[in-house]
Amino acid sequence: MPAAFHHWFATKGWSIHPHQQEMLDRSDAPALLLIAPTGGGKTLAGFLPTLVDLAVEPRPGLHTLYVSPLKALAADIRRNLSTPVAEMSLPIRVEDRTGDTSQTQRKRQRADPPHILLTTPESLALLVSYEDAPRMFAGLQRVVVDEIHALAESKRGDQLMLALARLQTLVPGLRRVGLSATVEDPKAIARFLAHHPDPCEILRADSGPDPDIAMLTTDEPPPWSGGGAAYAIPAVLEQVRAHKTTLIFHNTRAQAEIFFHKLWLANEDALPIGIHHGSLDKTQRQRVEAAMVNGDLRAIVCTGSLDLGIDWGDVDLVIQIGAPKNVKRLVQRIGRANHRYNAPSKALLVPANRFEVVECVAALEAVRAHTLDGDPRGPGPRDVLCQHILIAACAAPFDADALFAEVTGAGPYAALTRAAFDACLDFVATGGYALRAYDRWQRLKLTEGLWHLRDPRAARQIRMNIGTIQDTDTLKVRLKNRFGGQPLGEVEEGFAATLTPGDTFLIGGQIVRYENLREMTVEVTRRADKPPKIATFMGTKFATSTQLSHRILTMFGQDDWPALPDHTRAWLHLQRDRSRLPEPGRLLIESFPWKGREHAVIYGFAGRNAMQTLGLLTTQRMEALGLHPMGFVATDYAVMVWGLDPLTDPEPLFAAENLRAGFESWLAGNAVMKRTFKASAIISGLIDRQTAGARKSGRQAAFSSDILYDTLRKYDPDHVLMQITREEALKGLVDFGRIEEMLSRTAGRIDLLRLDGITPLSAPLFLEMGRVPVQGAANERLLGEEAARLLEEAGLGAVDKA
Amino acid sequence: MNAQPFTLAGHHLIARASGALYWPAQRLLCISDLHLGKSERIARRSGTLLPPYEVHDTLTRLESEITATEARHVVCLGDSFDDLDSMLSLPEDARLWLTRLMAGRDWTWIEGNHDPGPVTIGGTHRAALALDGLTFRHIASAQKGEISGHYHPKAVLTPKGRQVSRPCFLIDSVRAILPAFGTYTGGLRWSDPVFGALMEPGARAYLTGAAVHVVPMPARRPT
Repeated sequence: MPAAFHHWFATKGWSIHPHQQEMLDRSDAPALLLIAPTGGGKTLAGFLPTLVDLAVEPRPGLHTLYVSPLKALAADIRRNLSTPVAEMSLPIRVEDRTGDTSQTQRKRQRADPPHILLTTPESLALLVSYEDAPRMFAGLQRVVVDEIHALAESKRGDQLMLALARLQTLVPGLRRVGLSATVEDPKAIARFLAHHPDPCEILRADSGPDPDIAMLTTDEPPPWSGGGAAYAIPAVLEQVRAHKTTLIFHNTRAQAEIFFHKLWLANEDALPIGIHHGSLDKTQRQRVEAAMVNGDLRAIVCTGSLDLGIDWGDVDLVIQIGAPKNVKRLVQRIGRANHRYNAPSKALLVPANRFEVVECVAALEAVRAHTLDGDPRGPGPRDVLCQHILIAACAAPFDADALFAEVTGAGPYAALTRAAFDACLDFVATGGYALRAYDRWQRLKLTEGLWHLRDPRAARQIRMNIGTIQDTDTLKVRLKNRFGGQPLGEVEEGFAATLTPGDTFLIGGQIVRYENLREMTVEVTRRADKPPKIATFMGTKFATSTQLSHRILTMFGQDDWPALPDHTRAWLHLQRDRSRLPEPGRLLIESFPWKGREHAVIYGFAGRNAMQTLGLLTTQRMEALGLHPMGFVATDYAVMVWGLDPLTDPEPLFAAENLRAGFESWLAGNAVMKRTFKASAIISGLIDRQTAGARKSGRQAAFSSDILYDTLRKYDPDHVLMQITREEALKGLVDFGRIEEMLSRTAGRIDLLRLDGITPLSAPLFLEMGRVPVQGAANERLLGEEAARLLEEAGLGAVDKA
Repeated sequence: MNAQPFTLAGHHLIARASGALYWPAQRLLCISDLHLGKSERIARRSGTLLPPYEVHDTLTRLESEITATEARHVVCLGDSFDDLDSMLSLPEDARLWLTRLMAGRDWTWIEGNHDPGPVTIGGTHRAALALDGLTFRHIASAQKGEISGHYHPKAVLTPKGRQVSRPCFLIDSVRAILPAFGTYTGGLRWSDPVFGALMEPGARAYLTGAAVHVVPMPARRPT
């Protein structure tokens, strides 16, 4: 390290961390992955080699590219880097480039790039699509991918790795650095990051002292069901009072809204407490962030929107409301407290209901044992590849062999077959339909061995559609007044559709009254004269991880549970007396009558999404077997089905072939498939994001992507986009993999217990929300009833019978 | 029920669940906004390559309506083709299919804003058709006893919190507006001000789908 750097560290009173020194020593490695806890000087470790190189040998041109998942993080890093650059007078220009960067600035950056460019995967993909990309990136030495563990969880990471593969072709000596929080499988992240088949070394920073983590004890036991944890509000306020700054994490935005509302009702000392989540208006969020940085807030009620990035400084307590569902995310959240290296983070878990007490204790054990969880990352999705092929065509005509070689250099696509690639290329070029209808209008044409855009003007449209972030159909919410009114955030269109004027709902912690819809904006007032409805948000519903589920099942095998509070311990003992506790290698089913209906509770422990799928599949089978199922409800650990006849022989229900066969036919017509199709159709370039948005402006020319799905299903069911949709749906909401896991774990060892009535473990299921009725022609019947009701109401009961 | 009768200007008409209108006295079948060739036009104009099956699907459904009603006269209420070039570049099999459907019955192409020129594949081409006190026209005018299309009306309901939207007929005492029949067509919400201005209070929507449901149009709200 040059003397200037030693001096700078000294004036700061810092000494260089061992992992920072090591990053510097190994700066020539083709790929390096640094695993470090929050506050470990990770960012500086990533940039030190660049700063030193440019200090020793100043030269113009782009040297280092930094990519982060958050725009805000890019801006934050620019501010942080400006300190050492200014204080050591380094000849280094640092700029960020995101969706918020002005047109003139963007233009200038392409002509005269800074030494260090801070950006996001989407902005990078756009840069790579320009014809002048080879010139702009010519001198690039290094790329730093921040929060790579978060990027690796979504398609944004796949897109980024394809863009890096492109850069690697432009500048073969490019070196990569990944910065990651603690993860369960660093080797998988390393493979994801490295240019295939280059090796990727893994560096681990000292993970610091173990966190100080416990379950919050309250006088009142948690309720039997629900996710609100309202019972814990006095105890949570007590903790907020006793600490400087507390982050209160929730698993969903809706729960955060309700909790925040109730917290304020109980906040007699008027402690300054804010709320932060992804559906709030940007300016609202920024205000909360600024107040946080200034130390003006004692607590923030938040969701995953605060999982990443921005250094908050003085957080000294993290509270997790509701079971953490996933140990890895819990550990990362705990890391948000105490950004000082080598000080233990302090965290409290608040179970929202009785079962979550068990889950929280299991999670605590996992944290103490340092066992993290996570599902293996599947191969790179092909809708992202389709978009990448379009991006490549925008930049320059390409040779298919060369592009195939290039994309298989990206970790997620290393195992991509040529046939799978060719199918994507054919789709992008000709539509890839069984009916070859577009000879004249091919999107890409092959001339002298190179694929190029038939109409170069199409590049503009392709660039406007770059990105993989899925926009849900949301509507903006603003206060109604003569001047347009203050924006508050957004709600899902589906939720907005259920509102009638006068209804109230919670947003950003305030109760607002729905007045009207104006130019696709929900206008509200502060006249709160009714109890609020709860806005729904599409946001991900996390399922309890496989590993955590196993831990709970293993825990059930103990003779006694000294780690559990008495109320929960007694509950489990009672279950053991009355019935049985679920075991890891067996599938427990309880069957009993209750209030004139037969019930079957299947303890599958496969996580919420898979249990929901299992509920749909088993009720479909039960219908076929004549058991008259009437509905079901699913949680992370069980699904309860009710109907007219008792379940006596479960074998045919859980025969793997039967489940799979039922699954195939059920899946094809499912709403999940349509939703997944829409996302993949947008990403792969079949439909425009803009067109998807134009629907909102009420233009009748835009038609629903569901029509395209139905048409393909009817006329071209094996089309590549249908294959992609299937691949993606299986990974996502359907989560069939976990059902398979459950089947192989229990291997036909099914225990059906016939009981007189409700059991202790099944009781909470009766209180669970989200009951799904089983009715074949649900919409038709509902529509018929609704039509009759509306006609009656309008005094039009007697429709003319001509 | 897959059809609902109604009366317009003294004539008994039937709104069919497919979105077609049938006039038994004339054995006349009327459909609107087929938008044939839409995927071809989108490919030509924007490079986006949608599944090229909509002509096939639309004609299949049209044929089954003709068969079911045994119509002697078919009136296509305009925007039958997504533009005149789509008509000219209709695949040969689709052209033959249309010819076969036209054989042995009267066929009227009403012109629409997408296909204002003459239709060159048989049938009669007109700006509007008047028949026994009813007028068939693409875009609604002030005339009474008028059957039109163009707007692609759709109803949006939320029974028990579940949002359901369906293409629909809008019908009052003086006019009927047909839903779009073409496979690749979207809809304009029934709450759109344009319908408020066109339809009388007390107008009803006849929802298409598996069965026809009759629902009063939402009352106009002062904004």
